[in-house]
Amino acid sequence: MPLASPLRRTALNSVHRAMGAKMVEFGGWDMPVQYAGIIAEHMTVRQKVGLFDIGHMGKIEIRGPQAALLTDFVTTNAVAKLRTGQAHYSGLLYENGGFVDDILVHKVAEDDYFLCVNASNQEKDFEHIRAHNRFDATVELTSDRYSQLAIQGPQARATLQKLTPVDLRAIKYYWFADGDVCGVPARIAHTGYTGEDGFEIYFPPTEAESIWTRVLEAGAEFDIKPCGLGARNTLRLEAAMVLYGHEIDASISPLEAGLAWIVKFDKGEFIGREALLQQKESGVTRKLTGFEMTGRPIARDGYEIHWNGAAGWVTSGSPAPALNRNIGLCYLPVEFARPGVAIQVVVRGQPADAMTVETPFYKRAK
Amino acid sequence: MYPENFRYSKEHEWVLVEGGIGTIGITDHAQQELGDIVYVDLPKPGTRVEQGRSLGSVESVKAVSDVYAPVSGEVTEINPALADAPEKLNADPHGAAWLVKIRLSAPDELPQLMSAADYQTYIGAEK
Repeated sequence: MPLASPLRRTALNSVHRAMGAKMVEFGGWDMPVQYAGIIAEHMTVRQKVGLFDIGHMGKIEIRGPQAALLTDFVTTNAVAKLRTGQAHYSGLLYENGGFVDDILVHKVAEDDYFLCVNASNQEKDFEHIRAHNRFDATVELTSDRYSQLAIQGPQARATLQKLTPVDLRAIKYYWFADGDVCGVPARIAHTGYTGEDGFEIYFPPTEAESIWTRVLEAGAEFDIKPCGLGARNTLRLEAAMVLYGHEIDASISPLEAGLAWIVKFDKGEFIGREALLQQKESGVTRKLTGFEMTGRPIARDGYEIHWNGAAGWVTSGSPAPALNRNIGLCYLPVEFARPGVAIQVVVRGQPADAMTVETPFYKRAK
Repeated sequence: MYPENFRYSKEHEWVLVEGGIGTIGITDHAQQELGDIVYVDLPKPGTRVEQGRSLGSVESVKAVSDVYAPVSGEVTEINPALADAPEKLNADPHGAAWLVKIRLSAPDELPQLMSAADYQTYIGAEK
Protein backbone atom coordinates (compact mmCIF):
# COMPACT_ATOMS: atom_id res chain seq x y z
CA MET A 1 0.00 0.00 0.00
CA PRO A 2 1.69 3.25 -1.06
CA LEU A 3 1.78 6.17 1.34
CA ALA A 4 -0.70 8.99 0.86
CA SER A 5 0.18 10.70 -2.41
CA PRO A 6 1.81 14.09 -2.03
CA LEU A 7 0.48 15.07 -5.47
CA ARG A 8 -2.14 17.76 -5.67
CA ARG A 9 -5.52 17.01 -7.18
CA THR A 10 -8.15 19.05 -8.94
CA ALA A 11 -11.81 18.81 -7.93
CA LEU A 12 -12.29 16.40 -10.85
CA ASN A 13 -9.61 13.86 -9.92
CA SER A 14 -12.03 11.05 -9.05
CA VAL A 15 -14.10 11.79 -12.15
CA HIS A 16 -11.02 11.34 -14.37
CA ARG A 17 -10.19 8.07 -12.65
CA ALA A 18 -13.76 6.81 -12.94
CA MET A 19 -13.70 7.65 -16.67
CA GLY A 20 -10.56 5.56 -17.14
CA ALA A 21 -8.12 8.38 -17.77
CA LYS A 22 -4.43 7.58 -17.59
CA MET A 23 -3.06 9.77 -14.81
CA VAL A 24 0.44 11.25 -14.65
CA GLU A 25 2.37 13.59 -12.41
CA PHE A 26 2.56 17.07 -13.96
CA GLY A 27 4.31 19.84 -12.05
CA GLY A 28 3.30 18.34 -8.71
CA TRP A 29 -0.26 17.57 -9.82
CA ASP A 30 -1.99 14.27 -10.50
CA MET A 31 -3.52 14.98 -13.90
CA PRO A 32 -5.10 13.04 -16.79
CA VAL A 33 -2.64 12.73 -19.67
CA GLN A 34 -5.16 10.96 -21.89
CA TYR A 35 -8.51 9.21 -21.98
CA ALA A 36 -9.03 7.42 -25.31
CA GLY A 37 -5.71 8.41 -26.86
CA ILE A 38 -3.76 11.56 -27.62
CA ILE A 39 -4.28 11.45 -31.38
CA ALA A 40 -8.06 10.97 -31.14
CA GLU A 41 -8.35 13.73 -28.56
CA HIS A 42 -6.16 16.07 -30.58
CA MET A 43 -8.23 15.55 -33.74
CA THR A 44 -11.47 16.02 -31.82
CA VAL A 45 -10.33 19.50 -30.80
CA ARG A 46 -9.25 20.33 -34.36
CA GLN A 47 -12.48 19.07 -35.91
CA LYS A 48 -15.20 19.12 -33.25
CA VAL A 49 -14.86 19.98 -29.58
CA GLY A 50 -12.85 18.78 -26.61
CA LEU A 51 -13.14 19.35 -22.85
CA PHE A 52 -10.09 19.80 -20.62
CA ASP A 53 -9.84 20.00 -16.84
CA ILE A 54 -7.24 22.68 -16.25
CA GLY A 55 -8.14 23.27 -12.63
CA HIS A 56 -4.45 22.95 -11.74
CA MET A 57 -3.76 26.40 -13.21
CA GLY A 58 -2.99 29.02 -10.56
CA LYS A 59 -5.01 32.18 -9.91
CA ILE A 60 -3.66 35.37 -8.43
CA GLU A 61 -5.88 38.38 -7.81
CA ILE A 62 -4.56 41.91 -7.51
CA ARG A 63 -6.97 44.47 -6.10
CA GLY A 64 -6.97 47.98 -4.71
CA PRO A 65 -6.61 51.61 -5.80
CA GLN A 66 -3.17 50.92 -7.32
CA ALA A 67 -3.86 47.39 -8.59
CA ALA A 68 -3.26 48.52 -12.17
CA LEU A 69 0.08 50.11 -11.25
CA LEU A 70 1.31 46.97 -9.51
CA THR A 71 0.11 44.68 -12.29
CA ASP A 72 1.75 46.92 -14.87
CA PHE A 73 5.02 47.04 -12.92
CA VAL A 74 5.38 43.26 -12.60
CA THR A 75 4.32 42.37 -16.16
CA THR A 76 5.60 43.17 -19.64
CA ASN A 77 2.38 43.93 -21.52
CA ALA A 78 0.56 47.27 -21.25
CA VAL A 79 -2.05 46.94 -18.51
CA ALA A 80 -3.22 50.53 -19.10
CA LYS A 81 -4.39 49.50 -22.56
CA LEU A 82 -6.69 46.79 -21.20
CA ARG A 83 -10.38 47.61 -21.08
CA THR A 84 -12.64 46.15 -18.40
CA GLY A 85 -13.62 42.68 -19.60
CA GLN A 86 -10.48 42.26 -21.69
CA ALA A 87 -7.56 39.90 -21.17
CA HIS A 88 -4.05 39.67 -22.53
CA TYR A 89 -1.07 37.37 -22.56
CA SER A 90 1.92 38.70 -20.65
CA GLY A 91 5.25 37.93 -19.04
CA LEU A 92 6.30 38.05 -15.41
CA LEU A 93 10.06 38.69 -15.51
CA TYR A 94 13.07 38.82 -13.25
CA GLU A 95 15.31 41.91 -13.33
CA ASN A 96 17.64 40.04 -15.72
CA GLY A 97 14.84 39.67 -18.28
CA GLY A 98 14.28 35.93 -17.73
CA PHE A 99 10.79 34.55 -17.18
CA VAL A 100 9.28 33.99 -13.76
CA ASP A 101 6.21 32.81 -15.68
CA ASP A 102 3.97 33.52 -18.64
CA ILE A 103 0.45 34.49 -17.65
CA LEU A 104 -2.96 35.77 -18.68
CA VAL A 105 -4.10 39.06 -17.15
CA HIS A 106 -7.86 39.74 -17.03
CA LYS A 107 -9.09 43.21 -16.17
CA VAL A 108 -12.19 42.65 -14.01
CA ALA A 109 -12.49 46.30 -12.93
CA GLU A 110 -10.26 49.38 -12.68
CA ASP A 111 -9.11 48.11 -9.28
CA ASP A 112 -9.33 44.35 -9.89
CA TYR A 113 -7.01 42.14 -12.00
CA PHE A 114 -7.34 38.36 -12.31
CA LEU A 115 -4.19 36.48 -13.29
CA CYS A 116 -4.17 32.92 -14.60
CA VAL A 117 -0.70 31.41 -14.12
CA ASN A 118 1.06 28.09 -14.58
CA ALA A 119 0.25 25.49 -11.92
CA SER A 120 3.80 24.69 -10.92
CA ASN A 121 4.78 28.38 -10.76
CA GLN A 122 1.91 29.77 -8.73
CA GLU A 123 3.61 30.07 -5.32
CA LYS A 124 6.75 31.51 -6.94
CA ASP A 125 4.69 34.02 -8.95
CA PHE A 126 2.73 35.04 -5.87
CA GLU A 127 5.89 35.62 -3.82
CA HIS A 128 7.49 37.50 -6.70
CA ILE A 129 4.54 39.87 -7.09
CA ARG A 130 4.23 40.38 -3.33
CA ALA A 131 7.94 41.15 -3.03
CA HIS A 132 7.51 43.97 -5.56
CA ASN A 133 4.33 45.35 -4.09
CA ARG A 134 5.22 48.89 -3.12
CA PHE A 135 1.76 50.00 -4.19
CA ASP A 136 -1.62 50.45 -2.55
CA ALA A 137 -2.78 47.03 -3.69
CA THR A 138 -3.44 43.58 -2.26
CA VAL A 139 -2.19 40.36 -3.80
CA GLU A 140 -3.98 37.08 -3.14
CA LEU A 141 -3.29 33.54 -4.28
CA THR A 142 -6.84 32.29 -4.84
CA SER A 143 -6.32 29.09 -6.87
CA ASP A 144 -8.35 27.02 -4.40
CA ARG A 145 -11.46 29.08 -5.08
CA TYR A 146 -11.69 28.08 -8.74
CA SER A 147 -12.12 25.14 -10.99
CA GLN A 148 -11.15 25.80 -14.58
CA LEU A 149 -12.34 24.01 -17.70
CA ALA A 150 -11.29 24.61 -21.29
CA ILE A 151 -13.85 23.91 -24.01
CA GLN A 152 -11.96 24.04 -27.28
CA GLY A 153 -12.70 23.37 -30.93
CA PRO A 154 -14.92 24.57 -33.77
CA GLN A 155 -18.04 23.47 -31.82
CA ALA A 156 -16.91 24.91 -28.48
CA ARG A 157 -19.21 27.90 -28.67
CA ALA A 158 -22.24 25.87 -29.73
CA THR A 159 -21.57 23.48 -26.85
CA LEU A 160 -21.13 26.10 -24.14
CA GLN A 161 -23.94 28.31 -25.42
CA LYS A 162 -26.46 25.63 -24.40
CA LEU A 163 -25.39 26.06 -20.78
CA THR A 164 -25.27 29.84 -20.38
CA PRO A 165 -27.57 32.81 -21.02
CA VAL A 166 -24.49 34.93 -21.82
CA ASP A 167 -24.31 35.63 -25.56
CA LEU A 168 -20.98 34.00 -26.40
CA ARG A 169 -20.84 35.60 -29.85
CA ALA A 170 -20.63 38.95 -28.08
CA ILE A 171 -17.41 37.95 -26.30
CA LYS A 172 -14.56 38.84 -28.63
CA TYR A 173 -11.33 36.84 -28.73
CA TYR A 174 -9.34 37.53 -25.57
CA TRP A 175 -12.30 39.14 -23.83
CA PHE A 176 -14.35 37.62 -21.02
CA ALA A 177 -17.70 38.02 -19.29
CA ASP A 178 -18.87 37.24 -15.78
CA GLY A 179 -22.16 35.42 -15.96
CA ASP A 180 -23.34 31.95 -15.19
CA VAL A 181 -22.87 28.46 -16.56
CA CYS A 182 -25.46 25.83 -15.55
CA GLY A 183 -26.82 28.42 -13.13
CA VAL A 184 -23.48 28.74 -11.36
CA PRO A 185 -21.64 32.08 -11.25
CA ALA A 186 -18.76 31.74 -13.71
CA ARG A 187 -16.14 33.75 -15.54
CA ILE A 188 -16.32 32.91 -19.24
CA ALA A 189 -13.18 33.83 -21.18
CA HIS A 190 -12.74 33.56 -24.93
CA THR A 191 -9.22 32.21 -24.56
CA GLY A 192 -7.37 28.95 -25.07
CA TYR A 193 -4.14 27.10 -25.54
CA THR A 194 -4.92 24.91 -28.52
CA GLY A 195 -4.78 27.12 -31.62
CA GLU A 196 -8.50 26.47 -32.01
CA ASP A 197 -11.49 28.61 -31.12
CA GLY A 198 -12.74 28.05 -27.60
CA PHE A 199 -13.48 29.19 -24.09
CA GLU A 200 -12.01 28.83 -20.65
CA ILE A 201 -14.42 29.00 -17.72
CA TYR A 202 -13.74 29.64 -14.04
CA PHE A 203 -16.21 28.73 -11.29
CA PRO A 204 -16.33 27.36 -7.71
CA PRO A 205 -14.77 23.87 -7.36
CA THR A 206 -17.86 22.55 -5.56
CA GLU A 207 -19.65 22.72 -8.92
CA ALA A 208 -16.91 21.02 -10.94
CA GLU A 209 -18.44 17.56 -11.24
CA SER A 210 -21.86 18.78 -12.31
CA ILE A 211 -20.52 21.31 -14.82
CA TRP A 212 -18.06 18.77 -16.28
CA THR A 213 -20.95 16.35 -16.80
CA ARG A 214 -23.26 18.99 -18.24
CA VAL A 215 -20.62 20.14 -20.75
CA LEU A 216 -20.09 16.56 -21.92
CA GLU A 217 -23.87 16.16 -22.33
CA ALA A 218 -24.17 19.47 -24.18
CA GLY A 219 -21.34 18.50 -26.53
CA ALA A 220 -22.55 14.93 -27.14
CA GLU A 221 -24.23 15.88 -30.42
CA PHE A 222 -20.84 17.16 -31.65
CA ASP A 223 -18.97 14.05 -30.42
CA ILE A 224 -17.25 15.95 -27.64
CA LYS A 225 -14.40 14.08 -25.93
CA PRO A 226 -12.68 14.64 -22.61
CA CYS A 227 -9.05 15.47 -23.36
CA GLY A 228 -5.89 15.18 -21.32
CA LEU A 229 -2.65 17.05 -21.01
CA GLY A 230 -1.09 14.95 -23.79
CA ALA A 231 -3.39 16.45 -26.42
CA ARG A 232 -3.14 19.86 -24.77
CA ASN A 233 0.61 19.70 -25.39
CA THR A 234 0.45 18.55 -29.03
CA LEU A 235 -2.25 21.14 -29.78
CA ARG A 236 -0.29 24.02 -28.30
CA LEU A 237 2.87 22.86 -30.08
CA GLU A 238 1.15 22.83 -33.49
CA ALA A 239 0.05 26.39 -32.70
CA ALA A 240 3.67 27.18 -31.63
CA MET A 241 2.56 28.43 -28.22
CA VAL A 242 5.32 28.34 -25.62
CA LEU A 243 5.27 26.17 -22.49
CA TYR A 244 7.07 27.24 -19.32
CA GLY A 245 9.96 24.90 -18.54
CA HIS A 246 10.40 24.16 -22.24
CA GLU A 247 10.53 27.24 -24.48
CA ILE A 248 10.79 29.70 -21.60
CA ASP A 249 12.29 29.73 -18.12
CA ALA A 250 14.39 31.97 -15.86
CA SER A 251 17.27 31.96 -18.36
CA ILE A 252 15.23 32.93 -21.45
CA SER A 253 13.92 36.40 -22.30
CA PRO A 254 10.76 37.24 -24.26
CA LEU A 255 12.92 38.67 -27.06
CA GLU A 256 14.64 35.31 -27.48
CA ALA A 257 11.34 33.41 -27.28
CA GLY A 258 9.74 35.38 -30.13
CA LEU A 259 7.51 37.18 -27.65
CA ALA A 260 8.63 40.75 -28.26
CA TRP A 261 4.95 41.52 -28.95
CA ILE A 262 4.13 41.16 -25.24
CA VAL A 263 6.90 43.59 -24.22
CA LYS A 264 5.76 47.22 -24.25
CA PHE A 265 8.88 49.33 -23.64
CA ASP A 266 6.98 52.56 -24.09
CA LYS A 267 4.63 51.90 -21.17
CA GLY A 268 7.21 52.98 -18.57
CA GLU A 269 9.04 51.17 -15.83
CA PHE A 270 8.57 47.43 -15.31
CA ILE A 271 10.68 44.62 -13.90
CA GLY A 272 13.15 43.40 -16.50
CA ARG A 273 12.86 46.47 -18.71
CA GLU A 274 16.52 47.56 -18.41
CA ALA A 275 17.84 44.09 -19.21
CA LEU A 276 15.52 43.75 -22.20
CA LEU A 277 16.44 47.19 -23.54
CA GLN A 278 20.10 46.25 -23.37
CA GLN A 279 19.38 42.96 -25.09
CA LYS A 280 17.36 44.75 -27.76
CA GLU A 281 20.21 47.17 -28.44
CA SER A 282 22.98 44.58 -28.54
CA GLY A 283 20.76 42.02 -30.27
CA VAL A 284 19.83 38.55 -29.03
CA THR A 285 22.24 35.69 -29.75
CA ARG A 286 19.67 32.90 -29.94
CA LYS A 287 16.08 32.70 -31.02
CA LEU A 288 13.21 30.27 -30.80
CA THR A 289 12.68 28.63 -34.19
CA GLY A 290 10.29 26.05 -35.60
CA PHE A 291 11.49 23.01 -37.49
CA GLU A 292 10.16 19.94 -39.25
CA MET A 293 11.88 16.60 -39.40
CA THR A 294 12.71 15.55 -42.95
CA GLY A 295 12.42 11.80 -42.35
CA ARG A 296 10.77 9.47 -39.84
CA PRO A 297 12.70 10.20 -36.63
CA ILE A 298 10.97 12.28 -33.97
CA ALA A 299 12.75 15.09 -32.15
CA ARG A 300 12.16 15.22 -28.41
CA ASP A 301 12.63 17.85 -25.74
CA GLY A 302 16.30 18.33 -24.89
CA TYR A 303 17.78 16.79 -28.05
CA GLU A 304 20.78 18.68 -29.45
CA ILE A 305 20.68 20.58 -32.72
CA HIS A 306 23.77 20.50 -34.96
CA TRP A 307 24.76 22.90 -37.67
CA ASN A 308 28.49 22.53 -38.23
CA GLY A 309 28.80 21.47 -34.59
CA ALA A 310 26.55 21.97 -31.60
CA ALA A 311 24.22 24.86 -32.37
CA GLY A 312 21.18 24.63 -30.14
CA TRP A 313 18.61 22.43 -28.47
CA VAL A 314 15.07 21.21 -28.93
CA THR A 315 12.60 22.74 -26.45
CA SER A 316 9.58 20.68 -27.56
CA GLY A 317 9.34 17.99 -30.20
CA SER A 318 6.53 15.67 -31.15
CA PRO A 319 4.52 14.16 -33.93
CA ALA A 320 1.91 16.71 -35.03
CA PRO A 321 -1.32 14.69 -35.28
CA ALA A 322 -3.24 17.20 -37.43
CA LEU A 323 -0.32 17.78 -39.80
CA ASN A 324 1.06 14.27 -40.13
CA ARG A 325 4.60 15.55 -39.69
CA ASN A 326 7.14 15.51 -36.90
CA ILE A 327 7.66 19.03 -35.66
CA GLY A 328 9.50 20.88 -32.96
CA LEU A 329 10.65 24.17 -31.50
CA CYS A 330 14.32 24.84 -30.79
CA TYR A 331 16.77 27.53 -29.88
CA LEU A 332 19.26 28.36 -32.63
CA PRO A 333 21.97 31.01 -33.02
CA VAL A 334 20.19 34.05 -34.39
CA GLU A 335 21.97 33.81 -37.76
CA PHE A 336 20.21 30.46 -38.46
CA ALA A 337 16.95 31.36 -36.81
CA ARG A 338 14.92 31.79 -39.98
CA PRO A 339 12.87 29.43 -42.16
CA GLY A 340 14.58 27.27 -44.75
CA VAL A 341 17.79 26.35 -42.93
CA ALA A 342 18.84 22.68 -43.06
CA ILE A 343 19.76 21.51 -39.57
CA GLN A 344 20.34 18.18 -37.89
CA VAL A 345 18.72 16.94 -34.71
CA VAL A 346 20.67 14.36 -32.74
CA VAL A 347 18.11 11.60 -32.22
CA ARG A 348 19.41 8.90 -29.89
CA GLY A 349 22.98 9.53 -30.97
CA GLN A 350 22.22 9.68 -34.70
CA PRO A 351 22.01 12.97 -36.61
CA ALA A 352 18.65 13.28 -38.36
CA ASP A 353 17.84 15.88 -41.01
CA ALA A 354 15.40 18.66 -40.31
CA MET A 355 14.47 22.00 -41.84
CA THR A 356 13.56 25.21 -40.08
CA VAL A 357 10.07 26.47 -40.96
CA GLU A 358 7.66 29.32 -40.32
CA THR A 359 5.52 29.12 -37.20
CA PRO A 360 2.82 28.49 -36.22
CA PHE A 361 2.84 25.05 -37.79
CA TYR A 362 -0.94 25.01 -37.69
CA LYS A 363 -3.26 27.94 -38.21
CA ARG A 364 -7.00 27.50 -38.08
CA ALA A 365 -9.14 28.76 -40.95
CA LYS A 366 -10.94 31.89 -39.79
CA MET B 1 -4.83 -11.82 -22.51
CA TYR B 2 -1.25 -12.91 -21.81
CA PRO B 3 -0.43 -16.09 -23.75
CA GLU B 4 0.75 -19.00 -21.58
CA ASN B 5 3.44 -20.02 -24.07
CA PHE B 6 5.23 -16.63 -23.93
CA ARG B 7 7.90 -15.66 -21.43
CA TYR B 8 7.90 -12.07 -20.14
CA SER B 9 10.57 -9.59 -19.03
CA LYS B 10 10.37 -6.96 -16.31
CA GLU B 11 10.77 -4.33 -19.03
CA HIS B 12 7.51 -5.56 -20.63
CA GLU B 13 8.79 -7.52 -23.59
CA TRP B 14 7.60 -11.02 -24.46
CA VAL B 15 9.39 -13.84 -26.26
CA LEU B 16 7.96 -16.95 -27.87
CA VAL B 17 10.62 -19.59 -28.59
CA GLU B 18 10.06 -22.10 -31.37
CA GLY B 19 12.89 -24.23 -32.74
CA GLY B 20 15.71 -22.05 -31.44
CA ILE B 21 14.15 -18.86 -32.80
CA GLY B 22 12.60 -16.36 -30.42
CA THR B 23 9.86 -14.04 -31.63
CA ILE B 24 9.94 -10.83 -29.57
CA GLY B 25 7.37 -8.16 -28.94
CA ILE B 26 6.13 -5.73 -26.33
CA THR B 27 3.28 -6.62 -24.02
CA ASP B 28 -0.26 -5.35 -24.07
CA HIS B 29 0.47 -3.63 -20.78
CA ALA B 30 3.40 -1.82 -22.44
CA GLN B 31 1.33 -0.60 -25.38
CA GLN B 32 -1.37 0.62 -23.02
CA GLU B 33 1.16 2.56 -20.98
CA LEU B 34 2.75 4.07 -24.10
CA GLY B 35 -0.46 5.18 -25.78
CA ASP B 36 -0.64 5.92 -29.52
CA ILE B 37 2.47 4.39 -31.10
CA VAL B 38 3.78 6.36 -34.06
CA TYR B 39 7.25 5.02 -34.81
CA VAL B 40 9.19 1.81 -34.31
CA ASP B 41 12.96 1.67 -34.71
CA LEU B 42 14.35 -1.86 -35.11
CA PRO B 43 17.85 -3.27 -35.65
CA LYS B 44 18.93 -4.69 -39.02
CA PRO B 45 18.90 -8.47 -39.50
CA GLY B 46 22.30 -9.82 -38.52
CA THR B 47 22.64 -7.52 -35.51
CA ARG B 48 23.75 -9.26 -32.33
CA VAL B 49 21.73 -8.32 -29.29
CA GLU B 50 22.42 -9.01 -25.65
CA GLN B 51 19.84 -9.76 -22.96
CA GLY B 52 18.85 -6.58 -21.13
CA ARG B 53 20.38 -4.24 -23.72
CA SER B 54 18.39 -1.96 -25.99
CA LEU B 55 17.49 -3.55 -29.31
CA GLY B 56 15.46 -0.65 -30.62
CA SER B 57 12.81 1.81 -29.62
CA VAL B 58 9.10 2.42 -29.75
CA GLU B 59 7.79 5.96 -29.89
CA SER B 60 4.38 7.13 -28.82
CA VAL B 61 3.08 10.65 -29.34
CA LYS B 62 4.31 11.44 -25.86
CA ALA B 63 7.71 9.80 -25.57
CA VAL B 64 10.34 7.40 -26.84
CA SER B 65 10.94 4.12 -24.98
CA ASP B 66 13.72 1.60 -25.36
CA VAL B 67 12.88 -1.98 -26.18
CA TYR B 68 15.25 -4.33 -24.34
CA ALA B 69 16.21 -7.72 -25.63
CA PRO B 70 14.62 -10.33 -23.35
CA VAL B 71 17.14 -12.89 -24.67
CA SER B 72 20.56 -12.75 -26.37
CA GLY B 73 21.15 -13.75 -29.96
CA GLU B 74 21.24 -12.64 -33.57
CA VAL B 75 18.39 -10.82 -35.27
CA THR B 76 17.17 -12.97 -38.18
CA GLU B 77 14.08 -11.01 -39.20
CA ILE B 78 12.24 -7.80 -38.42
CA ASN B 79 8.52 -7.25 -38.81
CA PRO B 80 8.18 -5.34 -42.09
CA ALA B 81 4.59 -4.30 -41.36
CA LEU B 82 5.53 -1.89 -38.58
CA ALA B 83 7.45 0.64 -40.66
CA ASP B 84 4.29 1.92 -42.32
CA ALA B 85 1.77 0.90 -39.69
CA PRO B 86 3.30 1.34 -36.23
CA GLU B 87 -0.21 1.74 -34.80
CA LYS B 88 -0.60 -2.05 -35.20
CA LEU B 89 1.38 -2.27 -31.98
CA ASN B 90 -1.58 -0.78 -30.14
CA ALA B 91 -4.03 -3.17 -31.79
CA ASP B 92 -2.24 -6.53 -31.71
CA PRO B 93 0.95 -6.43 -29.62
CA HIS B 94 0.96 -10.18 -28.91
CA GLY B 95 0.29 -11.20 -32.52
CA ALA B 96 0.67 -9.42 -35.85
CA ALA B 97 2.77 -6.63 -34.32
CA TRP B 98 5.72 -8.74 -33.19
CA LEU B 99 8.98 -6.77 -33.49
CA VAL B 100 11.91 -9.07 -34.30
CA LYS B 101 12.95 -12.70 -34.49
CA ILE B 102 16.18 -13.71 -32.83
CA ARG B 103 18.27 -16.89 -33.10
CA LEU B 104 18.94 -17.57 -29.41
CA SER B 105 22.60 -17.79 -28.41
CA ALA B 106 21.91 -18.50 -24.72
CA PRO B 107 18.68 -20.51 -24.26
CA ASP B 108 19.54 -20.85 -20.55
CA GLU B 109 18.40 -17.22 -20.18
CA LEU B 110 14.77 -18.24 -20.68
CA PRO B 111 14.05 -19.50 -17.15
CA GLN B 112 14.99 -16.04 -15.84
CA LEU B 113 11.92 -14.64 -17.58
CA MET B 114 8.43 -14.66 -16.09
CA SER B 115 5.50 -16.92 -16.87
CA ALA B 116 2.20 -15.32 -17.94
CA ALA B 117 0.83 -15.72 -14.41
CA ASP B 118 3.93 -14.20 -12.81
CA TYR B 119 3.91 -11.33 -15.28
CA GLN B 120 0.29 -10.51 -14.51
CA THR B 121 1.10 -10.48 -10.80
CA TYR B 122 4.10 -8.29 -11.59
CA ILE B 123 2.14 -5.64 -13.52
CA GLY B 124 -0.61 -5.78 -10.93
CA ALA B 125 1.92 -4.98 -8.23
CA GLU B 126 3.52 -2.26 -10.33
CA LYS B 127 0.27 -0.31 -10.50
